[in-house]
Amino acid sequence: MRFINVIKVALRALRRSAMRSILTALGIIIGVAAVIAMVSIGNGAKSQVEASIASLGQNIISVYPGSATTGGMHGGWGSASSLTVDEALTIRREISGIVAVSPEMRDRQQVLANGLNWNSSVNGEDVTYLDIRLWTIAEGEMFTEGDVNSAAKVCVIGQTVVAKLFPDGDPVGRSLRIRNLPFKIVGVLKAKGFNYFGSDQDDVVIIPYTSHLKRIARRPNLNSIIIQAESPDQMTRIQQDVTDFLQQRRNGRDPDFTVRNQQELAEAATATTKTMTVLLGAIAGVSLIVGGIGIMNIMLVSVTERTREIGIRLAVGAHGRDVLTQFLVEAIILSVMGGTLGILLGVGSSQLISRLNGWPVLVSTSAIVGAVAFSAAIGVFFGFYPARKAAQLDPIEALRYE
Amino acid sequence: MSHVVQLEDIHKTYESGEVPVLAVRGVTLTITGGEFVAIMGASGSGKSTLMNLLGCLDRPTRGRYLLGGTDVSNLDRNELADLRNQKLGFIFQGFNLLSRTTALENVELPMLYGRRHFSTREIRERARQSLDIVGLSNRADHFPSQLSGGQQQRVAIARALINEPQILLADEPTGNLDSKTSVEIMGVFQKLNAQGITIVMVTHELDIAHYCKRNLIMRDGRLVSDTPVVDRLVATEQMQRIVTAETDAKLIA
Repeated sequence: MRFINVIKVALRALRRSAMRSILTALGIIIGVAAVIAMVSIGNGAKSQVEASIASLGQNIISVYPGSATTGGMHGGWGSASSLTVDEALTIRREISGIVAVSPEMRDRQQVLANGLNWNSSVNGEDVTYLDIRLWTIAEGEMFTEGDVNSAAKVCVIGQTVVAKLFPDGDPVGRSLRIRNLPFKIVGVLKAKGFNYFGSDQDDVVIIPYTSHLKRIARRPNLNSIIIQAESPDQMTRIQQDVTDFLQQRRNGRDPDFTVRNQQELAEAATATTKTMTVLLGAIAGVSLIVGGIGIMNIMLVSVTERTREIGIRLAVGAHGRDVLTQFLVEAIILSVMGGTLGILLGVGSSQLISRLNGWPVLVSTSAIVGAVAFSAAIGVFFGFYPARKAAQLDPIEALRYE
Repeated sequence: MSHVVQLEDIHKTYESGEVPVLAVRGVTLTITGGEFVAIMGASGSGKSTLMNLLGCLDRPTRGRYLLGGTDVSNLDRNELADLRNQKLGFIFQGFNLLSRTTALENVELPMLYGRRHFSTREIRERARQSLDIVGLSNRADHFPSQLSGGQQQRVAIARALINEPQILLADEPTGNLDSKTSVEIMGVFQKLNAQGITIVMVTHELDIAHYCKRNLIMRDGRLVSDTPVVDRLVATEQMQRIVTAETDAKLIA
């Protein structure tokens, strides 16, 4: 039998049983679409969470002072005055795999400008701070290394401070006063919004850490040191190196510092979204199986009718192979059509859902391939297997089949 | 006339049950070209089994079957399929048409499985001619469910004829039809036979057998009688008689 005739016969058979064909294709369509939509939405939500964690800065290790004990009273983390600028600079110099280190000072101060005042967080940082936190300047520029070295009275300010102190805008080039000292505003930060813990990241005045130590806090010790590693897989090693270095400096005294790894937070958050993806995937898997059972039922229920059909075809001179090729072509046509429509529907609906929710959509290729392969395999198997059995019967048996 | 069918001591035993069923036990038979044979017998006499063997739908357990001079007893499945396709036309009691498929496409079916390739137009043309022979060219686009039993059987005959077989085999072709439609089908057979087509059919109705030229009777898997038909019925005359009778009985206007 010529292949063109096989195609013709298969198309006629599909058209003949239009309802069965549509239902079979529908099983594939729903299974494929559900998997694609669920996995895409799950991936989108995951990347959303990852992005918001990344906005805290990537690969960050923080060093905080330990607890100070005065007269039997423990001061809690950060109360010890133990971290020095020298330690921060030595860490940057001596430990490999570090991109940047910023010694940090944090303080809340009343900030005055323009006849207005506002209590804001005044942070002393190095010039690399914005790179570490993945933050950018909206207007003006960041203070320079020269400013840090000379403990200059310059600052960059967050959007909340702009709103509170400079309601008519244009703060760059003007100055504000902290502890009665004038600081020149060299730049305005881009809005960053609230962080993971609900505090306003834009309510900030950033000055060089040297200026903070010398002019605001007036003490030699840092509030913390933040360290950015080159890559996530180096973080554990760097955390250990920093701990060892600081311990060694303390000559066997009790450690009065703590080294924390932001990775832990990121891991907790991604674990949550991973659970969500698995959940959505499981729901999708169930739809796939239900769709598969639908296909299976339709195929098996039609066995009687199709066995008689095979008997007729064999009786008028079809070879077993002709019949099998016909059934295979039918199954492939259905799978390809169902798969294509399923992909369109799945991608379309995930686009729609993400647009409504403002999520990013990440259509997963492996989900598409997996779902289509699974449905197609079920369609082909249950279309093909009964046909194979029938085609091996004698024509007269196939005709009598009930 | 040449020998179309030669059976030599054909046996068929079914082993499926507890006791082997000896359906056909030693049939020797020769049918020559242009014959019109009816095989009769009570149910269980083996006539349908013999028919299936003749139609290469089933294989004999023992014996030799020469079809058109070639031995077909030991051919494999595919060779038998080709034989059914090219040399035999088979008509079933239950019509065995593909449902939800037009008459024309049903008739085309054997040509799609032929070893020779024909264009879609040729196939369509041949199928129309075939339907024309059985007088159904005006029903080409009807589905089997839209046709009467007689019409469905005529579609089946057209399908059997499309590859111009050497012999037409019919297993109780009138078994599912009323008497008037049966006569109509026998008329088609007589017309085809007059054109030189060899026909073998199975029937258990004596009057239907009277339309044929030769009657064989089977009992317990053996041929017990082989007689030519003397007072052969002519379908056109019988049809005329039925129509007259119906008119008298005011069944039809």
